Amino acid sequence: MNAPLRRVGVVAMVLFGLLFANLNFVQWQRANDYRTSQYNGRKQVAEYDRQRGVIQAGGKAVGQSIPTDDNLKYLRQYPYKQAYAHLIGYKPVNGAPTGVEYLENEFLAGTSDQLFADRLRDLWSNQKTPGGNVVTTLSPSAQELAYKLLVNNNNDAKVGAVVALDPTTGAIKTMVSIPSYDPNTLTSHDTGAAADAYDKLANDPTQPLLNRAISERYPPGSTFKVIDSAAALERGYTINTSIPAGPSYTAPGTTHAIHNAADSICPESQVTLIEALTESCNTGFAQLGVTLGPQALTDTASAFGFGDDSLRIGKPDADGGLPVAASQVGTLTTASGPDNPVIAQSAIGQADVAMTPLQGAMIAATVANDGRQMRPYVVEQLLGPDLTTNYYKATPKQLRVSCSDSVARNLQAMMVSVVQNGTGKKAQIDGYQVGGKTGTSQNGDGQKDHGWFIGYAMKDGKPVAAVAVFLANAGSGGSSEAARIGGLVMKAVITDRGGK
Amino acid sequence: MTVAAVSPPAVASPAVGKRARRARRTELILLLLGMLVVAGYLAAVEANLLDQVTPDFWVPAGILAVVYLAMHMVVRLRAAYADPVILPAVATLNGLGVTFLRRLDLGKAKAGDRADYPILSGEGGKQLLWTAIAVGLAAALLWFLRDHRTISRYAWTLGFVGIILMMLPAVLPARFSEVNEAKLWIKFGSFSIQPGEFAKLMLASFFAYYLVRKREVLALASRRVLGIDFPRGRDLGPVLVVWLLSLLVLIFEKDLGTALLYFGMFIVMVYIATERVSWLIIGLVLFFGGAVLAYVLGGAIGGPFANFYDRANIWLDPFSGDRAYNEGYQLVQSLLGLGTGGLFGTGPGAGSPSQVPEVRNDFIFAGMGEEIGLFGLTALLVLYLLIVVRGIRAALGVRDSFGKLLAGGLAFTLGLQVFVIVGGVSRLIPLTGQTTPFLSAGGSSLMANWLLIAILLRISDNARAPLGAPGGMIRPPVAAAPPARPPVGTAAVPAGSVRPAPPNRPAAAAPAGPSVPPAPDVPAGPTQPVGPQPLNPTAEQPTVRTPGNDVAAADVSDDDDHDSGPDDSALDDEALGGEAPPTEKIDVNAPAPKENS
Repeated sequence: MNAPLRRVGVVAMVLFGLLFANLNFVQWQRANDYRTSQYNGRKQVAEYDRQRGVIQAGGKAVGQSIPTDDNLKYLRQYPYKQAYAHLIGYKPVNGAPTGVEYLENEFLAGTSDQLFADRLRDLWSNQKTPGGNVVTTLSPSAQELAYKLLVNNNNDAKVGAVVALDPTTGAIKTMVSIPSYDPNTLTSHDTGAAADAYDKLANDPTQPLLNRAISERYPPGSTFKVIDSAAALERGYTINTSIPAGPSYTAPGTTHAIHNAADSICPESQVTLIEALTESCNTGFAQLGVTLGPQALTDTASAFGFGDDSLRIGKPDADGGLPVAASQVGTLTTASGPDNPVIAQSAIGQADVAMTPLQGAMIAATVANDGRQMRPYVVEQLLGPDLTTNYYKATPKQLRVSCSDSVARNLQAMMVSVVQNGTGKKAQIDGYQVGGKTGTSQNGDGQKDHGWFIGYAMKDGKPVAAVAVFLANAGSGGSSEAARIGGLVMKAVITDRGGK
Repeated sequence: MTVAAVSPPAVASPAVGKRARRARRTELILLLLGMLVVAGYLAAVEANLLDQVTPDFWVPAGILAVVYLAMHMVVRLRAAYADPVILPAVATLNGLGVTFLRRLDLGKAKAGDRADYPILSGEGGKQLLWTAIAVGLAAALLWFLRDHRTISRYAWTLGFVGIILMMLPAVLPARFSEVNEAKLWIKFGSFSIQPGEFAKLMLASFFAYYLVRKREVLALASRRVLGIDFPRGRDLGPVLVVWLLSLLVLIFEKDLGTALLYFGMFIVMVYIATERVSWLIIGLVLFFGGAVLAYVLGGAIGGPFANFYDRANIWLDPFSGDRAYNEGYQLVQSLLGLGTGGLFGTGPGAGSPSQVPEVRNDFIFAGMGEEIGLFGLTALLVLYLLIVVRGIRAALGVRDSFGKLLAGGLAFTLGLQVFVIVGGVSRLIPLTGQTTPFLSAGGSSLMANWLLIAILLRISDNARAPLGAPGGMIRPPVAAAPPARPPVGTAAVPAGSVRPAPPNRPAAAAPAGPSVPPAPDVPAGPTQPVGPQPLNPTAEQPTVRTPGNDVAAADVSDDDDHDSGPDDSALDDEALGGEAPPTEKIDVNAPAPKENS
């Protein structure tokens, strides 16, 4: 029996030799592939060894990392859940962060070059210094109020957005989009549960992950009449210039008649420009658009930011940021010249005109800021782990001059009239001069109309807030509800900045 | 715990030769070295996980050292000639397993609680207790089983119980037996055992007994193909039965590894018994044919084969599609852990082994691989290989066929189990749920494998002892010719034998208990009565061969070279071929009048 026993011994050695050879393959030859594999969670463990920095809004922590007991040492947590979800974003265990979490990922994680000195200190103290902190421009009470008002809007709109800006700086004070989601479900350390939660959100037909404030464009409806007015004022019109109006208007080249929202609106054949805007006179602006021509409309719209596909929101004075969908006017000409039926529709914010809620807020803010359009931004300050060392402070940046300041003043007068005497009365704020424009836009057949409001508030001739409110398929009274929400949100922004 | 403390009987005895004392001293030194390695591992774990080494970091290693030294004492007293490498190798592996499980506990604990983490809590603490219990059982077996041939007397019982244990999880409903999709368990509430671990031992004992009886029949060749003798068709019966059982395990316990383990064990034992390569070929063809068939059936009809089909596919490409996040997750994480460890590893306590699912059980090798790297794992493999090779050496050295088969079969099975699980987690073969012997958390596996080690120690003691010494000698058979039998009550053995009375045995052991029927040389040593070739129905004690001859032969053999020892095949042939006077037939199933353990 000894000969086969010896051979069995040799077989055992061969089996162990195979194990050894295979371990060489796995741990040596393929080691690097495995170490850096996308499936390797150790990267995350190392990342979660360091407490990620806090994202603040007006002194409140809206994104923070709390210590845990599991092997990822910190859990990313968003105490206000849905209210800040889209702009702040989330930092999942697997996959890419979004929103501000994406914008300042390296600084928050503590791996940016700026924090090199802090990491160097770690070597001595043998501790992991937390990442840096990001102070956002958001006004917490306005942001939370806007979310609450949007979700509980009186028109039962399920989709909508609110954007509020500081007109003089471009700082984003509020950015809300509904339907929203709870980012906490996506940061769970149970990556399977997080992936399931993500799949559920991603496959939800209401698209809760979508930030409608910057990523979706909707027909602006009557709010586009502010652009028409600016185009007219630039070309020698005054607010008291009479323009043709009437109960209906049929553009040359079509049989489709444009009517007003109600018979009571500008039935007379001539109205002043300011009256036309105050009442939101469709026939007047459709004819004004045709009179001004495609070039004037397109130029003025571009001056206010339409067609700008390079806009990013992040830091005002640095490249990069979250991309903003370019608002568009559409093609107003045909091969043979101006496409008047389309121009007439476009002038009242229909046809192919589409804008993001952010664009709406930027129009209002630019008017309030005397024609100077500021670049919207969200990162106000970067603070070191100690919360005192300042690594960055935003310097507002002017994007462009959209119109002369005299044109802007005239537009202000017209928009104030809208809120004082016209369709935007619900946006009024005691003690502040509020200007704005409502909009109701049709959105295909059989669907309820969208409601819009864009506006601003001034104190002693100084603009303090601008806002755009969008309520999708809000139906009748949608623009009035939007105006109400706009007024309340601006009031909250003003309160947060101490009334100034 | 010094040598001196345990020495007196040994020193007092010229019979426990220098060789035994040297072996035990080697064992003690290696054991202490092993515990130093374990203590070093514990210190490294604390340094990495706690940023400090607490003053009592060594306590688990100390407790283990006490347990193993107790075992070492038992070996000294009852198996003085046993191989000195087996116990330290096992102890080191087991100790590293306990340490690694404690490291997982520490990793799970809150950072603030780690420094004060109690020794006996968590998975590591449980494993420490299981180790003590398992070593205790092994010590008891070594103490009471004075002669491995005794096992053969219960072969049929063991075989029967073994098959029941092996099949039980397959028959039980999944909720009593399924863990991680493998039906290998019997669960009672929170308590569960893996009966297969014990079945392994029992079936090996039965196979050894059965094959010694059947070896001539199985060795009969009917035809020669390509220079290989193939057995007669009608002799394939038992092999086919075991093959079918293995396939049933494969299908109903959803476990390729266990099937491979049982079948591999059987085929290798058949081969050892018959020396016919054809059995290996038949076995390999049957097994791989069966596996391929199961794969094809799994792909075509699914059903009971689907699980095996899935596992094979995971093995073929664990990263394909989103498999890495689903069914292939475990294997992928295991590979990533091994890969992250690379050549040298992250250092004990510095990796993230908890990324690998089931790292305390099936994947402990991958978890350790991340922290000790290729070099550390190679050291572990060497320890396993040492145990296997030393076990096979014991088989080579021992004189009886049953002992040879049992030791060879058990040693090879241990190696095969390591191959199956380590090969599985490193994607050499399809992954199956086996425990990693001595490392994985769990009492069943520890107890069964420590019992296996006790048997190997017992057999190696028998193999290495000079014939004249107690424990290792071949004594005159029970039914030996009268001339060889000493007068009743005499401690001495026949003239010509160099065997002295074994004074190293504690005096208390000498009476060997009142239950022992009077036997001529009972006082000489409690293990005495079983005949040298009790397994062979035709066994006979050739009167021409006296123990003295064997002693002379054995003494020539070197400590480490049993190959030059007694010519076992000659012994076997003698035993098998010799005419057996009816009166001298020893049936192992017959009541053994001389059993005294």
